[in-house]
Amino acid sequence: MLQSLNLRAALVSIGLLVVLLGVWELLNRPPETSEALTEYEILMGGADQEARVPPPSDVIRLAIDELSNPFYDAGPNDKGIGIQLAYSIYRVLTGFFLAALIAIPIGFLIGMSPLMYKALNPFIQVLRPISPLAWMPLALFIIKDSETSSIFVIFICSIWPMLINTAFGVAGVRKDWVNVARTHELSALRTAMTVILPAAAPTILTGMRISIGIAWLVIVAAEMLVGGTGIGYYVWNEWNNLDLTSVIFSILMIGVVGMLLDLALSAATRLVQYEE
Amino acid sequence: MSFKSLGNPFDGESDLTHGPGCSCPICVFAREQAQAEYECSETELTAKLEKAVFEGPDQPQADLSMQPVETKQTSVEDPNSLDNSEDVMDRVIESAIVRSMFGHHEPSRRQFMRMVGGGTVAGILATMFPLDAAKAAIKDSLGKPEKTKLKIGFVPITCATPIIMSHPMGFYDKYGLDVDVIKTAGWAVARDKSLSGEYDASHMLTPMPLAMSMGAGSTAMPFRMPLVENINGQAIVLHVKHKDKRDPKMWKGFKFGVPFDYSMHNFLLRYYVAEHGLDPDKDIQIRVVPPPEMVANLRAGNLDGYLSPDPFNQRAVWEKVGFLHTLTKDIWEGHPCCAFACSEKFTTELPNTYGALMKAIVDATAYSQKAENRLEISKAIAPKNYLNQPEAVIAQVLTGKYADGLGNVMNDPKRIDFDPFPWHSMGVWILTQMKRWGYIKGDIDYKKIAEEVYLAADATKIMTDLGYAAPDHTYEKYTIMGKEFDPDKAEEYVNSFAIKRT
Repeated sequence: MLQSLNLRAALVSIGLLVVLLGVWELLNRPPETSEALTEYEILMGGADQEARVPPPSDVIRLAIDELSNPFYDAGPNDKGIGIQLAYSIYRVLTGFFLAALIAIPIGFLIGMSPLMYKALNPFIQVLRPISPLAWMPLALFIIKDSETSSIFVIFICSIWPMLINTAFGVAGVRKDWVNVARTHELSALRTAMTVILPAAAPTILTGMRISIGIAWLVIVAAEMLVGGTGIGYYVWNEWNNLDLTSVIFSILMIGVVGMLLDLALSAATRLVQYEE
Repeated sequence: MSFKSLGNPFDGESDLTHGPGCSCPICVFAREQAQAEYECSETELTAKLEKAVFEGPDQPQADLSMQPVETKQTSVEDPNSLDNSEDVMDRVIESAIVRSMFGHHEPSRRQFMRMVGGGTVAGILATMFPLDAAKAAIKDSLGKPEKTKLKIGFVPITCATPIIMSHPMGFYDKYGLDVDVIKTAGWAVARDKSLSGEYDASHMLTPMPLAMSMGAGSTAMPFRMPLVENINGQAIVLHVKHKDKRDPKMWKGFKFGVPFDYSMHNFLLRYYVAEHGLDPDKDIQIRVVPPPEMVANLRAGNLDGYLSPDPFNQRAVWEKVGFLHTLTKDIWEGHPCCAFACSEKFTTELPNTYGALMKAIVDATAYSQKAENRLEISKAIAPKNYLNQPEAVIAQVLTGKYADGLGNVMNDPKRIDFDPFPWHSMGVWILTQMKRWGYIKGDIDYKKIAEEVYLAADATKIMTDLGYAAPDHTYEKYTIMGKEFDPDKAEEYVNSFAIKRT
């Protein structure tokens, strides 16, 4: 039954895709040109520049083209989609892991100590709602390096969900488990590592999963702002050229990579899941 | 720009000290000597020449053992045309070598050249003396750049043409620089990256270094503008639905886009509508919009028009959403637009690098000034790495043969032009407009600020070094839409406008 449900769902998905692409294709066919163009028409770009959304066939053609040579490097402003994505992923992961290094210990501290929770809470509440991109001008000015600044922006946006979820997970560890640890006279560090960490791990990973999602959202915007390299720069560069085909293609790529990042963390979450 | 003429040292008729056709006694005597017929065999000739070379005052023996190098024959075949600074430099060096061979005695050099023929001498000399190596050595000794690996920022518009094209067309390499040109999302980012030292120099708008140095719109930071990039090259574009509203008086309530507050675009649009009796702050709306978004906003009906850098004016026509109402060239013929700017620190700490960079840009600017090179340049700067625009659009902007969006093919080779000289009077005009529209307040020493930021003296030096003619003054009067601007009367000029904010 489950097997057939999966199968039927897949069939419906494919059916929807075909209908959607078919309608999109048919509504946006390039106009036919038959007569010879006058000089004026040639200077106007002929008929193929009529305002229209590029049909999926164009996007697929471009995708095949780009993906068949994803790692070419033709100078600082023209690199393959693979290189651009690699830059973005590198920035996201660097910022993300730096954030984890800081957020998880502080989250533990806040979760285990009501005093620190109350003391740090005002800072967290003020800093958390700030849009990551609002940090960009300040970061550029202080750090004086656009690469590090974009990593910093990822760092600052990744830190809050991890921090809050870690604190929440640590504070929510069942009291009897901690009490058992206490009766075994475990040291605070040992308690944290052997009892609280495994118990809070699913919550912590949920926080990390939220963080990486936000980080991936932010990096595209940050790179559009700063330029240089990365998938955000790719979109900006094609936007400069008003080339919607490339923009649609890069949107799809952003979606695919975002999904892969999320899948990786959800797999990690499943690893630390436990049954009570 | 004109080139200095240097006499060809292999030509017996030209006099390197006196110029061709001189009538002083020495030259007349030399010409008489030449009347005598003289023949000599190849061996005799070689011997004569060898003697001259070896006994010449400062030719070390070691140099002569080097591999023979091919001579540059161009200067012999076409003595009066020196195409670029490199040729001028080559000629200076050739001259020095040939003259020293003859102990700086002009009559004997001329006599010898006439006897055996300049081409032969050049050929034989090349087999014995590494002329090209000597030329390279002398050019290097003019000052090796302290730093050769540079990063230069640009915003992808045609105004940046000389900065961009120098990369694919090798102008940076020619002056020993290894430059990466980095595409930048906007002027604020270009400024921040220049300040942080990530960019060694950058493409900016001509009003920006003035505004930055005075702290208008940002904190005060000393920036320098040794060169202008382009003149003209902008246009007012309107949505195609406004085809029948060519009279600016009908533009009340229009929404216009400009790319930056401190830009010629903003000042020219304000000037233009104000001359037609509209108050740019009350009768129309002016918004700061990044150029690519202008085309999209025009299509969406969010903007009625804009004054923006190319290629986005031509791009609106190409996309069939807009038409060119007027070129800014027709508002002020020869107005400055974009600039080449760097920090004051860069100019003082790396003088040779700064000099080499300026030479590359001045050279590229001179090259792009020539109409016959414009198609080649369009091809070089259109790819993804640079402007990332259809070549057909870039070519229409650069060659000035374009569709106006109203059904006409126009031909205006000066639609965009290139001239590196940073006139102080241009700076003063920009300051008057900043004062007029309230961007800067209080008493302003127009000339002092313009002279501090626009480094005309540096531009003059580099242009002269390269053999281009630089103006001998830095202030001139302009006529803008029929109204005269006199840089000596800046304050009166500001006060003479009916529509102003001060």
